[in-house]
Amino acid sequence: MDLIADHISHRFGALDVLDDVSFTVGAGEVVAIVGPSGCGKSTLLSILGGLLRPSAGAAQLRGAPPPGSLNPLTFVFQDFALLPWCTVEENVEFPLLHTGLPIGERRAVVHDALRRTGLSDFSGTFPKQLSGGMRQRVGIARALAVRPAILLMDEPLSALDSQTRELLMEDFIRLLADGAMGAVYVTHNLEEAVRLADRIVVLSRRPGRVREVVTIPLTRGERGDIHAREKLLALQGELWSLIREEAIDAEREVQHA
Amino acid sequence: MLERSKIADAAPSAGSDTGTRPVRFRGAGFTPKAGRYSPWIALALVIGLWQLAGSAALVNPLFLPAPSAIARAIYQLALSGALWHHLSYSIMRIGTGWILGTVAGVIVGFAIGLSSLARGVGITFISALFPIPKIALLPLLILWLGIGEEPKIATIALGVFFSTAISVYSGVDAVPRNLIRMAQSFNVPFHAIVRRVIWPGALPSILAGFRITASVALLLVVSAEMIGAEFGIGAFVLQAGNLMQTDQLLAGVVILSLFGLAVGKLINWLETRLLHWR
Repeated sequence: MDLIADHISHRFGALDVLDDVSFTVGAGEVVAIVGPSGCGKSTLLSILGGLLRPSAGAAQLRGAPPPGSLNPLTFVFQDFALLPWCTVEENVEFPLLHTGLPIGERRAVVHDALRRTGLSDFSGTFPKQLSGGMRQRVGIARALAVRPAILLMDEPLSALDSQTRELLMEDFIRLLADGAMGAVYVTHNLEEAVRLADRIVVLSRRPGRVREVVTIPLTRGERGDIHAREKLLALQGELWSLIREEAIDAEREVQHA
Repeated sequence: MLERSKIADAAPSAGSDTGTRPVRFRGAGFTPKAGRYSPWIALALVIGLWQLAGSAALVNPLFLPAPSAIARAIYQLALSGALWHHLSYSIMRIGTGWILGTVAGVIVGFAIGLSSLARGVGITFISALFPIPKIALLPLLILWLGIGEEPKIATIALGVFFSTAISVYSGVDAVPRNLIRMAQSFNVPFHAIVRRVIWPGALPSILAGFRITASVALLLVVSAEMIGAEFGIGAFVLQAGNLMQTDQLLAGVVILSLFGLAVGKLINWLETRLLHWR
């Protein structure tokens, strides 16, 4: 199943946020969206996921979702969005409660998602008892439970410390390795983008337009290699030079707002 | 290569003259805590001093009877059955009025919190009617509903309704939008979002509202009973005052205070049970 951003524009009142953004996320493909602060990355993700109606253009799906997918487009949120009154197991089960799955199958799906994210020993724990990294793992387990075709990840690591970020990045690479799931990965962090994405959509400062689409010339499997790291670092440098001036302008704009 | 060492820099031994001085602690204060026993000690001290003043005839018992006289009055009222008679009337009025006001307040509060139409209409009316002291409506309610229990119960219900509606819609408004967005992103139906996200998310505010409405109900029942009732704690306190029976009057006040405390404890218990996740 492909996800298509079809000439999407959006404005909040008098503020133009996105201007004619178009690209396609193919089945199993990971596309990162980067750009200066306030360029509309998260707004674009909300539009792609059907949580926000664009002022113009549309988010489209092409092809059938994979069999058994209960929620083809599934978000992983920056702030985890866990129900604080539910345990880890109940949080993961939450999106399944209204899908008509029989209880036995539901439990099996939940336990599988908890196992895949290393949360089996924490099923009865409440979110407030968990670290930030573990909370995001619950968010990922909840997303996996509905067997998505495309994960929509809105800066999923930005609220975490650097060590936890590294661990979760390894998890993302592992989960997306087999190409069964695609992802749209919104991030400020260029290192995350080059490590995880197949293609990177670079947006300009507000109103966000597609400035460039960069294809990473390495498979995700090749990127762990020591020589590949140099290449990725060079790519990261190129990306930074693409957005540096606009990032400075955007920062000044925010400070003067 | 990383340069590694397992030996930390040596710390100067205490008392050695190395020109060091301790960093002054500046983090004290601004964290008040009630001690475990201090509230009870303070209460016992005040009652003890009051009793001493009464026993030493430092205060006229007509104006301020000693605690022992009030305790005796409560005991005699309990023994004679008068206490239970008055208390049962007050509890019936509070209970009925509070339940009616709360049910209506929760329904209207949720409607205002969830529907633009209800918000547009409801907030205007609530803002206009909330500031009116509800006891001022009692004569009008007597005119409408007669002189029985109905106007007293309606006064309490009205007082409870407005505070409940406000705390419910404030609670609904305070539910983090990201949780609602999350549920929507999983295609969770509207009624399930209300039941599984908004209701538990608004519950802390709703229970805080219950604490306020319990006090409002107590205040209104006493006022309504003082204006037009033969039985009830408010009527009893007023009668005792008219007859200058200050020990009986204060017995009624103590019973009201104990009743308020009991309701507070009940709400604490509910909060512990329902909000254990906080």
